[in-house]
Amino acid sequence: MGQTLAEKIISAHAGGPAAPGELVIADVDAALVQDGTGPLSVRELEKAGKVQAAHPERTVIFLDHASPSPRKELSNAHMILRDFAAKTGVVVSEIGQGVCHQRMVEDYIRPGDLLVGADSHTVTSGALGAFATGMGSTDVAFAIALGKVWLRVPESFNIELAGSFPPGVYAKDLMLSIIGHIGADGATYKSLDFTGPGAAGLTMSERFTLSNMAVEAGAKTGIFAADAKTKAFLAEMGRPGDFSPIAADPDAVYEKTFAFDLGKLEPTVSFPHTVDNTHPVGEAKGIKINQAFIGTCTNGRLDDLEVAAGIVKGKKAATGVRFLVCPASRKVYRAALDKGLLGIFVDAGATVLPPGCGPCVGIHQGVLGDGEVCIATQNRNFHGRMGNPEGFIYLASPATVAASALTGEITDPRGI
Amino acid sequence: MDVLKGRAFKFGDDISTDHIAPGRYFHLRNDLPKLAEHTLEDADPTFASRVKPGDFVVGGRNFGLGSSREHAPRVIKLCGVSAVLAKSFARIFYRNSFNVGLPALVCDTDAIGDGDELEVDLVSGVIRDLTRGSELHFTPIPDSMRALLADGGLTEHIVKHGTFKL
Repeated sequence: MGQTLAEKIISAHAGGPAAPGELVIADVDAALVQDGTGPLSVRELEKAGKVQAAHPERTVIFLDHASPSPRKELSNAHMILRDFAAKTGVVVSEIGQGVCHQRMVEDYIRPGDLLVGADSHTVTSGALGAFATGMGSTDVAFAIALGKVWLRVPESFNIELAGSFPPGVYAKDLMLSIIGHIGADGATYKSLDFTGPGAAGLTMSERFTLSNMAVEAGAKTGIFAADAKTKAFLAEMGRPGDFSPIAADPDAVYEKTFAFDLGKLEPTVSFPHTVDNTHPVGEAKGIKINQAFIGTCTNGRLDDLEVAAGIVKGKKAATGVRFLVCPASRKVYRAALDKGLLGIFVDAGATVLPPGCGPCVGIHQGVLGDGEVCIATQNRNFHGRMGNPEGFIYLASPATVAASALTGEITDPRGI
Repeated sequence: MDVLKGRAFKFGDDISTDHIAPGRYFHLRNDLPKLAEHTLEDADPTFASRVKPGDFVVGGRNFGLGSSREHAPRVIKLCGVSAVLAKSFARIFYRNSFNVGLPALVCDTDAIGDGDELEVDLVSGVIRDLTRGSELHFTPIPDSMRALLADGGLTEHIVKHGTFKL
């Protein structure tokens, strides 16, 4: 019987064929923690007397959530992590280098890898043909120390994509539509495998957006086959030798199949306070906004910034709208600078933030006031997500957010 | 410890880790007792001041969705909660709960009312609602999770065995 991508990768790391539902102890190739979850990992390893790393060169500690630190408690948390790195030889990704998931795909993950991370959006790396999943601090602590993790082999859902996007419609609209269709818990414990000609036609950046939000449907991972586009991406990132092709077997068994035609989609918006509360952008027309935010591991890449800059070029954000732009990594920031995109944003009245998680997690750099409304390219709109339970968050593509920044209300980018 | 007793604190569907351990208290993550004073604050601001040792958090569907923050089950446990009951759990929260020694039990929570006195038998899988005089069963805990609970959590499991023995 053929294997899905998840089954194939887990089997290769567990020393033998692994079937859905089985519990295995698997070898881990790479691991990450960030400044919100890492200190607890360090504490647990100290408690267990295992301050050590099995693969220090592929274990990365990211100082990205509070970057730069807005408070002494978080500066002290950063010190705990730098000290752990000094003792174990693991890598530190410092302030300003970018969001963990963007940096993992740029610099660390290879097709076929098994990655665990103490951050739910670790699933982003699945777009490279890796099995990448988020866990808690203690799970990842022992994955770092022992190089192993226990996993229940997931069943897989086939997300079969056909067609290509009409103008004004993007990967974010597709993923919001998928989540709206299957529900915020519709894929709990499952692997989402993105397949079909529609998946093959997507750029790597678009694939990262899809994999990134697999967890918003409850999934354990969201995977693409590694193909010519993956190969070109890794070469562009300066690591052509890291490529190897991987794909599901043609007779792989999927628990369910969901088909989506990209050509039939329209700009989509998630309303507060759940990601699966999706509506066509037309139903959001006229909703006034106080803040428009473009960035994050979901949509803070160069192509996202290009689309947004194309919309706001030569124009101004509406009076009363705080327009925030945050490149996902230093690499993206540099490229956006070289292409003149940051100048376009600044001229449009935007505030350009340092690479990091920015306002998305509610720590700093854009906390909402009581009753305020934000439209954002991030992946979550939960109650309190942007630092205030009295705030309202709408999720959309960079194009929709840019168009909304100009008008001061949620706006269909196709009309701009 | 096999029979847990306490009152039910009832919550709805889709209680996220942002409800349980809000991001605005990010700076308290290394001071868990302080963070625990805000447990579930964005779902019920009075919860942390009312909950007593042994009590139960009772959710609906997809309890604990969202971020991987293990602080969420940790602060629930620090409040003295003996188990979380829900119709279903988000994957990472479920795993984290057992890793920190907090039972996460799947059952039909519609049958439980807010404030009901409950008795939960972890061995037989029976939940007795003493207020209503009714009984329901929770889905058996997988063996691996039972092993983690028996050791007191993942760290204690690794300390005891030196590696994974699941």
